[in-house]
Amino acid sequence: MNCIVCVASVPDTASVIKLKADGTGIDESGIKWIVSPYDEYALEAALQLTEAKGGEVTVVTYGPAGAEPALRDCLARGAHKAVHVLGGEKTLGDSFTIARVLAAAIKGRAHDLVLCGVKGVGTDCSQVGQMLAELLGLPHVAIVTALEVGEGSLAATREVEGGKEKVECPLPALLTCQKGLNEPRYAALKGIMAAKKKPVDKLEVSSLGIQEGADLFYAVARFELPPAKSAGTIIQGENDPAGAAAQLVKLLREEAKAI
Amino acid sequence: MAGILVFVEQRDGEIRKASLQAVSEAKRHGGAGGEVTAVLVGAGIGAAAAGLGAWGAARVFVADNPALGLYSAEGYTEAVAAAAAKAQPSAIFVAGTAMGRDLAPRVAARLGVGAIADVVKLALDGDAFTARRPIYSGKAFAEATTAGKRPQVISLRPNVFAAEESGGSAAVESLDGLGLAIRAVVKELVKAAGGELDVAEADIIVSGGRGIKGPENFALIKSLADALGGAVGASRAVVDAGWIAHSHQVGQTGKVVSPSLYVACGISGAIQHLAGMSSSKIIVAINKDPDAPIFKIADYGIVGDLFEVIPPMVAAIKAL
Repeated sequence: MNCIVCVASVPDTASVIKLKADGTGIDESGIKWIVSPYDEYALEAALQLTEAKGGEVTVVTYGPAGAEPALRDCLARGAHKAVHVLGGEKTLGDSFTIARVLAAAIKGRAHDLVLCGVKGVGTDCSQVGQMLAELLGLPHVAIVTALEVGEGSLAATREVEGGKEKVECPLPALLTCQKGLNEPRYAALKGIMAAKKKPVDKLEVSSLGIQEGADLFYAVARFELPPAKSAGTIIQGENDPAGAAAQLVKLLREEAKAI
Repeated sequence: MAGILVFVEQRDGEIRKASLQAVSEAKRHGGAGGEVTAVLVGAGIGAAAAGLGAWGAARVFVADNPALGLYSAEGYTEAVAAAAAKAQPSAIFVAGTAMGRDLAPRVAARLGVGAIADVVKLALDGDAFTARRPIYSGKAFAEATTAGKRPQVISLRPNVFAAEESGGSAAVESLDGLGLAIRAVVKELVKAAGGELDVAEADIIVSGGRGIKGPENFALIKSLADALGGAVGASRAVVDAGWIAHSHQVGQTGKVVSPSLYVACGISGAIQHLAGMSSSKIIVAINKDPDAPIFKIADYGIVGDLFEVIPPMVAAIKAL
């Protein structure tokens, strides 16, 4: 059971997002970078599968040199090897280019399963997994919250509005993993030491036949912060909660027209 | 290439509201200088097709096939790609539901183009759209384009665009001869117990956080949600504590929602929660701590004990 896990290095979800003065992008100063939280479920699923069935976990990222700590973090948790496609500065949010780069990096490497997170936290496109599946010619199951892998096939549960879909699928396949699938492990000290010796295969994007920035499929003309909100109507309700409740319901009905 | 092709989602033959919003938005933009064409996919669903004319579709392709009764990314991609080959649209709209968000990227990759996800505003310049979409779960916005590539595959966030009838009629054409090779097969759609409303679809959401003190007190949150006809949401803290299922989580690592009314009860307002709900039209906060960050983005709030505030609120709503 060889698994390839696609990971992204993203700003910590507790980050305050600021823009560069000219509005051309996010001001990255002071941001702490982490493995995208959903990718952790993908990695954990792959680790559990290879522990039970043998085989190797390869983590792949497409990102700048600063994404290497994210790969080392995955290696420390138990991934066997890593592939780092260097670049990505010009293609943030360009899901199709990212999928093309990942597909080129994955082709030729043995895989029974390719696992991604549901989305990269930040750009929030939630598209790379499905595009990658199409480019690799694989079936996919997205938003997976439960998984059983048998001989040559898998059964997965995926989250949809108001319910769940039970899906069966032959291998090889691609999954996008959602919170609830498992509890990701932390890296132990022993793993962190071992990770330093594990191989990271570093590739330039151009070696995959793609000239970064030459053929974009998504471009951002401008970034903006949300408009500032004016102060709301706050009712002090410690002494008369019932009165405050009645006043609030009246405001929602008559002023906000929300109920 | 001209016109807009809209993928229309149905469940049990009933068209989803979010898809009517997408058809209406396509019509409002005059089909980007062409026709608005819809593609409806499923099994035994033909009856719903003609009605799409009233919402702005001039033509409807129907892929009616027993193998397409339950959603399949591969099968539905085949159907939409076949409709796109016939209609040659300059844009393809998809409602950004769980199905749409899954289908749009696969369709785009099939057509060899990118896609813009989760769009909240569209501007037409000539026959090309610039799309506004939240990033970092709404902590910022991007004005995005497809860098000149066509068709522009765009998913529209549900409940942001209005559905409005424009009173036309549609020519219905069946889409036959699809080369269906479905490997990932949906065996069953298990609906949530009691027709429970999902936060991703709800127009009103009442959420509970740490301040509700224990899982049993979600009954109180639910009583308010029921009185308002809304869905129950939750903060990450209480989901991580196992008080309620993850499908209820609102925030950057849960669902990003924009209902018309969001009521946060006992939620302090961690930045990752605010990111998931700050685009709600009206935000109400009920919290004991007057310094809770949630009050900074609330339109209305009560500083007080939610256990004393919610029951009279429920009574007052029922008395309306």
